[in-house]
Amino acid sequence: MKLDRPENPSRRNFFKSGAAAVTLTLAPGVTVMAFGGSPAAAGQADAGKRWGLMIDVNKCASDCTACVSACKTENGWEGHGDPEQAAQWIRKVTLKDKATGHETSMPVMCQHCEEPPCVDVCPTGASFKRVDGIVLVDKHTCIGCRYCMMACPFKARSFVHEPTTNQKEHAPRGNGTVESCTLCVHRVDEGRVPACVEACDATGNGAMIFGDLNDPESDISKALAAYPTTALRADLDLNQGVRYANF
Amino acid sequence: MERTIYREIKATQSLWTLGIILAALIAAAGLSVLYVEHNGHAVTGMNNQIVWGLPHVFAIFLIVAASGALNVASIASVFNNKAYKPLSRLSGVLAISLLVGGLLVLVLDLGRPDRLLVAMTTFNFTSIFTWNILLYTGFMAIVAVYLWVQMDRSVHPKYTKPAGLVAFVWRLILTTGTGSIFGWLVARPGYDAAIMAPLFISMSFALGLSVFILVLMTLFRMDGRNISDALLKRLGNLLALFVAAVLYFTAVQHFTNLYATEHSGIETFILSEGGVYTTLFWGVQIVIGSLLPMALIYGGTPAAAGTRAALASVLVIVGGMAQLYVIIVGGQAYPLEIFPGYEVSSSFFDGEIANYSPSVYELALGVGGVAIALIATGVAAKVLRILPTNLEDKNLEG
Amino acid sequence: MKRLLAILGVFLAVALPAAAEDGLWKYGPSVPAATGEPHPEGNKYMRKYHMEMMKHDRDLTMRDGNRSIEASLKECFDCHTVKDEETGDPVTYQDERHFCRTCHDFAAVKVDCFMCHRSTPEGFEEPSPLHSRLLDLRDGLSDAEATEIAAYLAENQ
Repeated sequence: MKLDRPENPSRRNFFKSGAAAVTLTLAPGVTVMAFGGSPAAAGQADAGKRWGLMIDVNKCASDCTACVSACKTENGWEGHGDPEQAAQWIRKVTLKDKATGHETSMPVMCQHCEEPPCVDVCPTGASFKRVDGIVLVDKHTCIGCRYCMMACPFKARSFVHEPTTNQKEHAPRGNGTVESCTLCVHRVDEGRVPACVEACDATGNGAMIFGDLNDPESDISKALAAYPTTALRADLDLNQGVRYANF
Repeated sequence: MERTIYREIKATQSLWTLGIILAALIAAAGLSVLYVEHNGHAVTGMNNQIVWGLPHVFAIFLIVAASGALNVASIASVFNNKAYKPLSRLSGVLAISLLVGGLLVLVLDLGRPDRLLVAMTTFNFTSIFTWNILLYTGFMAIVAVYLWVQMDRSVHPKYTKPAGLVAFVWRLILTTGTGSIFGWLVARPGYDAAIMAPLFISMSFALGLSVFILVLMTLFRMDGRNISDALLKRLGNLLALFVAAVLYFTAVQHFTNLYATEHSGIETFILSEGGVYTTLFWGVQIVIGSLLPMALIYGGTPAAAGTRAALASVLVIVGGMAQLYVIIVGGQAYPLEIFPGYEVSSSFFDGEIANYSPSVYELALGVGGVAIALIATGVAAKVLRILPTNLEDKNLEG
Repeated sequence: MKRLLAILGVFLAVALPAAAEDGLWKYGPSVPAATGEPHPEGNKYMRKYHMEMMKHDRDLTMRDGNRSIEASLKECFDCHTVKDEETGDPVTYQDERHFCRTCHDFAAVKVDCFMCHRSTPEGFEEPSPLHSRLLDLRDGLSDAEATEIAAYLAENQ
């Protein structure tokens, strides 16, 4: 049934124009302006942008899990019960080179691939890629088949094994659906940086840079041009949005 | 050869007993589904490392066997082998029932089975799952038409062959689709192989025929009908041939993987260091499920053809379940190789062999699916004229 | 006579729920009053079309990233929060006094939203359902939790 909604000039349009003005004045420099967007673009995902992360493995401290804790607090996925069934949107991985014995550590999360295998295999299209490169799960359509979890080469996705309550307002999560790192899309859409990047900056290590990969003047693009970086499982040619430097 | 007379089986005491047992198993499955849906998958043995477990082993078994069960009808209609013609109707009915059982297990294990309508209306055509949904439902419709063409006297028999051909081709595409669920996953070293599709096709032949043989012999015995020894011998021989085909594709899969150094990890895991998976592969899949049935059939033991066929079928089924368990669960138990050349550890069990202990709820659901398939077949045999009455030696031809 | 009764029965079956909706009849749902300004579209419109509005807008937000739509689920709680009289805390969807439940329980339509979305304003610590907390028994209960469960059981014997 096609919906014919009566025109309501009062509430909606009033708030729309009001909100844009409010955003600009309340948070100068931090929100929309930081990423060179326009107020109009703030109301929509921008196809001209491609959001990405650069993680400098050298700067990542082996005993630090600030990014993981920040993500847990921000998105509310602290599990209780069986750790094998608990969700993990981001985790610190410790690597030891089998040949040389050299040890490093780095955070691994959804790689926000340009050619995501999880999007290809989702039967309902719940796993999708936004125009600005962020890969998300539309939990309204997710049937919980877990095929995307089988398909992800990075084990980025988690299945919610028990009923949830007290979810964060900006990060709904529910029993029987699949979830993963959203690149803090609720923050990105407000012009802020993901919680993990903010936390990493706060520790002083500064191993994570977030930004627009399509913008040659952004910090991340300049860093990617300056340092040798690689993508995980580069052989799969997925063109991830997450790059690792000095690894 | 005298004209084949199809008759419903009688409602004997043994049939009722079997029906009640199967109904109880279905009830147990229903209760387990309610429990898992209410408490979440936390109560099952599946976790974020092993996302598909025992229910999926049962479901894929039933779906693969469903496509193979239609084989007997295809041999009759498409390949013009008259000896199998009387068995076509049971073959079609069994194909539909097994598929329904398998799909029910799959759907009831979903995280959100209440969203089945979403799955049936929202399609992503890059996903082989979506194509499978269409192939499975199409299969049921096509086999129903195939059965109707055979059973309705007002329909000319000339339509049987084209219907059989469509059903045969459709089921090959369907089984290719089922194998491609795994074959098209680039992420995991145990999958990502083109041979998955033909491997599943060969498995469908073997598993479908073994289920068919057992169901045929059971229903006939319960109704006091005879099957000619010569027919059983032929069915047994066919089964052994199909088992050999499965063995061939398995061998090709593993030999190819063994040759590539990058796959040495997964091969070592499955073939020697995988604990339960290695035991299931060599002990159950290869020895019990492949070599022993072939020895039984080709070995020329003095036992009756029927006994040999039945026993071989049971062994093939057990071996098939083990093979699917090794593929589905073993393929997930081996850790993803995100960092080749490194020893990996994390709080998310990277680099570790994953643990999986199936819960009783998963077993109940899987067995419930089998029970649904069997009860549907039994009801069909009781209500419809699908079983022939004269499979005697003297009527065997071709 | 029987036909007359049948027609009367059908008429009542259709008319009564409609009458209940307008609150004309005390057997209808008693929907708690909201705070703040009423919707300009009117209650009748909102009751009928709120789901279509939410579904239409949720796809714009989810898929296109359009966050400027001022009709999100969390906006509803600005005016439609029901508070417990004793504690002053908002009630969650588990409680039958929750705004959405008062009508949806009557209409017998399951609300799917709160399987994933929180059902109270942000900032309030929603308690987890008691029976799911029993899963914590695998990890052992803290003293506070054990006392709370014992009190609940004693209260509800």
